[in-house]
Amino acid sequence: MIETTPGAFPETIPVTFTLNGRAVTVSVEPLRRLTEVLREDLGLIGTKVGCDAGDCGACTVLIDGAPVCACMVPAGRVQGAEVETVEGLSAPDGTLSALQDAFLRYGAAQCGICTPGMLMAATALLRRTPHPSEGQVIRALGGVLCRCTGYRKIIAAVMHANDPVPDALEPPAGVAVGTRVDRLDGPPKVRGTDRFGADAWPDDALRVRVVRSPHARARFTVGDLDAFVAGHPGLVRVLTAADVPGRNRFGVIPPLADQPVFAEEEARYRGDAVAAVVGEDAVVRALDLAALPIDWEPLAPLTSPAAARAEGSPLLHAGRPGNVLARGLVETGSVLAALFEPDPDIVRVAGHATTPFVEHAPIEPEAGYARRVGDGIEIVACTQAPYMDRDDMAAILGLPLEAVVIRPTAVGGGFGTKLDLSVQPFVALAAWVTGRPARMVYSRGESMRATTKRHPARLSARVAARRSTGRLVGMDFEGTFDTGAYASWGPTVANRVPVHASGPYHMPAYRAASVAVHTHNPPSGAFRGFGVPQTAVLQETLFDELADAIGFDRLAFRIVNALQVGTPTVTGQVFTQGVGIRACLEALSDDWVRSRAEAAGFNASARRDGRPERRGVGVAGMWYGCGNTALPNPSTIRVGLRADGTLCLHQGAVDIGQGSNTVIAQICADALGLPLDRITRVAADTDITPDAGKTSASRQTFVTGKAALLAGQALRSTILRRLNAPADARLHLDGTRLSAGDRALDLRTLADEADARGYVLAAAETFDPPTLPLDAKGQGEPYAAFGWGAHLAEVRVDLELGRVIVDRMTCAHDVGRAVNPTLIEGQVEGGVAQGLGLALMEAYIPGRSETLHDYLIPTAGDMPEIRTILVEDPDAHGPYGAKGIGEQVLIPTAPAILNAIRDATGVTVRDLPVTPDRLRAALARAQAGTRP
Amino acid sequence: MPRYVRVHTLEDALAHLVAGPFRVIAGGTDVFPALVDGAPMREAMLDISGITALRGIGFDEEASAWRLGALTTWADVQRARMVPPWFATLRRAAREVGGVQIQAVGTVAGNLCNASPAADGVVPLLALDARVEIAGPRGVRVEPLASFITGVRRTTRTPDELVTGILVPEPGRPGVSDFLKLGARHSLVISIAMVAVVLWQDSDGAVGEAAVAVGACSPVAVRLTDLEARLVGLRPGVDDLAAQVREADGDALSPIDDVRATAAYRREAALVLIRRALTRCAEVWP
Repeated sequence: MIETTPGAFPETIPVTFTLNGRAVTVSVEPLRRLTEVLREDLGLIGTKVGCDAGDCGACTVLIDGAPVCACMVPAGRVQGAEVETVEGLSAPDGTLSALQDAFLRYGAAQCGICTPGMLMAATALLRRTPHPSEGQVIRALGGVLCRCTGYRKIIAAVMHANDPVPDALEPPAGVAVGTRVDRLDGPPKVRGTDRFGADAWPDDALRVRVVRSPHARARFTVGDLDAFVAGHPGLVRVLTAADVPGRNRFGVIPPLADQPVFAEEEARYRGDAVAAVVGEDAVVRALDLAALPIDWEPLAPLTSPAAARAEGSPLLHAGRPGNVLARGLVETGSVLAALFEPDPDIVRVAGHATTPFVEHAPIEPEAGYARRVGDGIEIVACTQAPYMDRDDMAAILGLPLEAVVIRPTAVGGGFGTKLDLSVQPFVALAAWVTGRPARMVYSRGESMRATTKRHPARLSARVAARRSTGRLVGMDFEGTFDTGAYASWGPTVANRVPVHASGPYHMPAYRAASVAVHTHNPPSGAFRGFGVPQTAVLQETLFDELADAIGFDRLAFRIVNALQVGTPTVTGQVFTQGVGIRACLEALSDDWVRSRAEAAGFNASARRDGRPERRGVGVAGMWYGCGNTALPNPSTIRVGLRADGTLCLHQGAVDIGQGSNTVIAQICADALGLPLDRITRVAADTDITPDAGKTSASRQTFVTGKAALLAGQALRSTILRRLNAPADARLHLDGTRLSAGDRALDLRTLADEADARGYVLAAAETFDPPTLPLDAKGQGEPYAAFGWGAHLAEVRVDLELGRVIVDRMTCAHDVGRAVNPTLIEGQVEGGVAQGLGLALMEAYIPGRSETLHDYLIPTAGDMPEIRTILVEDPDAHGPYGAKGIGEQVLIPTAPAILNAIRDATGVTVRDLPVTPDRLRAALARAQAGTRP
Repeated sequence: MPRYVRVHTLEDALAHLVAGPFRVIAGGTDVFPALVDGAPMREAMLDISGITALRGIGFDEEASAWRLGALTTWADVQRARMVPPWFATLRRAAREVGGVQIQAVGTVAGNLCNASPAADGVVPLLALDARVEIAGPRGVRVEPLASFITGVRRTTRTPDELVTGILVPEPGRPGVSDFLKLGARHSLVISIAMVAVVLWQDSDGAVGEAAVAVGACSPVAVRLTDLEARLVGLRPGVDDLAAQVREADGDALSPIDDVRATAAYRREAALVLIRRALTRCAEVWP
């Protein structure tokens, strides 16, 4: 019994309950959330916190057998209850449960942050229903959000958890590439033991919380902070811009670094940081940040690029006239002639599109800690770019590079947002100034307010083709991107967009101009595709109109115009190999014919019966350059053997769920000629692992993978030389005995030769893909390789309600070589989920959609059946021919869905997202005979 | 004053409320999300989740009504075996409240007390003419749901009172019902619009009485009484019930524009949903 009489109630009370079968008693504040008690007091960090509001289900535990969000359970309530967490799923000897095993085998865990919640929700279902139907699984998992997987592999794993789960594949030497091995970092993810940003902290760590502007634009003055600290026992410091020892500016593109750690005098967006409180954990958690002595003077914000560019508008940043951050241009041929000269054979179409802010919504909010180590600082946080973090943090702290060490945690989804600094400056400054370790975890609202978004786009284009041949003649494109308050990746978007706005087609005359404009909106940054998903929405939907206008089948029109080996891209790049778009489009042909016939039959009967439902089919193509746009882009991989026989792979490509930990190892193992299971991975820690660049631009498999191939080959050569063995000798590593063919040595005999890192035999290799800079007209060779693909969407539209259901997606991608087909399918399915969200439901509105119940991302039940068709046209530069896939997968989804909606209804909607009210309004306008 | 008290009896709960102030917490699925940015709870809380006597669904002979104890969860509603077929409207709502995690602990009575314009429980219970039983220092009172909720997040419950149950009258004649909820995604969705329809059969096999309620389209869910009157006397399966829905029926609604949908769309969609619910009811008309 925990009741006490009024007035005698202690701050904490003892609560006794059964936790994973064992009785525990903890002394807790009874109103604390159960999540906090499990994680902070009991150390069970497998239960994740994604929203603290019951919106994401990451914290699902079982209480008396029922799945419950632990973030909404007051700890006092579990007195006498039976609580089960992910840590209780495996057997006492550590053997994984069948469900956990199935998650590994089916590729159901990507980043792993939703995995514990998924496992617990599924466990509750499987106890009642050992062999559930798909519908039962979707219902059971509907309360857990996943941002990586697209849910399909999770659904499959749960449906088949109690069927015999196939054994894990353990490929022998030389054949790891191409094999569906389990992800190497999977076991801790399904056990709930993987350490994400919020999952590890020194015991004596102070807590940091940031005070952010509640206004889109405001001047502010800070009052007497010393008095405030003195009046709040347990509070140690309040940090402001004055406490930044180095440069109070950061940014992913160093010459443009413009984002202050703490704003000085004026805040430029709702969420801009102005101060941080640092103190004892309980005190800072309980502190009401509104009580700080900060006076706000709201100013009129510039909320759109149009307003920001208007004559006389204030400048967000000096030296950027018109608030223009960056422009991009690609021009070839005579676009004016193509589009405007009278020629009865040429047909032209034109249109506009708009897309909103899109929130990355990784289920893991940004988190981490820092500690001062002598004259240096160590930062342990989730990130996609450890070396970039290091360089920026050194500048902020005024330290030499080597004084800053970045130790990345597991990353619970990133999609581009964790390329930019988040908690790092705050925890590092707090630790630096106070001398004590400091930790910080963003709330969901803070994550949504403060971090970067996908650039909102306002696009217009005009395209022309010949009626006689179906050939494209020219295209004129303009895109304005709201880049928000700070530079972030705005210039990258501005550069990438005009290179890609033609789509993967031969466009003889072309002019594409882009501009990124500052506003008092959240900083727009990198989000899977860097502006290309937005442009594909307009280009691919216009292509359907153009195909119809010239009387061409929509798929055939794309095939006729698809780029090929030998035809120049819009930047004048001519590939001699590795152009797989035509193969991808052709791979959809059978499904195109089948699905169109099915939709026609369905629609005929729906019309006959007066049912307000129509089906439609849409197709869209895609290309995407792997790596930085016409910029150096190197990755380095080190691999070494210790005298004790340990084979270490220094793998610096941060795995944010996409699979680089596994793929890079597969490539290196085969290049070296030893089995994959001999490899010990060394983390992407800037102190011990060389720079493999950032996890973005679909570059890790392609660039870091190639470095891994070269490093593996180099180590193999070293071994062969050492053993004086022939080039084709097979390697074996048995304990410390290393052999090549019939030659062998004991690595222990080389112990004296160990280098500073302890390696007796080692290699490090760097790869930088060959590119040529773009000239003033955007002509050049911006990428060494493109990924290619095409999606086919089959949708159902409720004509009366404007609701769209996507029934099936067929996705063909040229990946060069599929290093791990399961992981690639996972990327495709997850990309489809984000593309579906972009098309139908996602829009971030500052101040209005700052929760995961107002900002909607797809749930398990929103996902179509997805079939992935892998096209393997090996690329000459890629490792074993492999190319990137991470961003490619998202780009064609939204336009394919929009084209399917038009196919079903005759209505074109290009203002995203196509919410039910928007589509219904467009349908009503069409019925009334007015053009939307 | 203690910040958290967990009680196991109604008497204890009422005594604490009188001594209060306390905020009442049952399932907690509205209380915790209301804390901005995961902030700690600052109010004193009276946790009533341990009053087992208030949980469950049964027939109350005296009131001639089905009683849902105040701690009856959405999962309990889905699992209830003995209830009549016309409970379908509430059962369907129960399956659409949040995800299974919310349904496992969220209570129907809490949904009424929270009084959100988009509360999933209000619409079916309004259509079923439910009454709310409230205990307090002045005794027990029973009030129609229609008057219990007075506005957005406002009810007639005073801080010293506790809702103890929901009474759903048993009219003693056959009935059919339906519930439809519209959102922009499959699960975990706050309604753009939702409707409940209940049709009671008279002795001739015609509609003797009809109830049509609409939620998320006005500050408090409303009944469309004009439409209800037009449905009386019709024969489902013979007469086209959906055809009775007129554009002007939407005049009873006062929807708003928000992040989920425009007002105009809400009004139109509500009428579409009513037509569909009426058609579905006609299909199962006994």
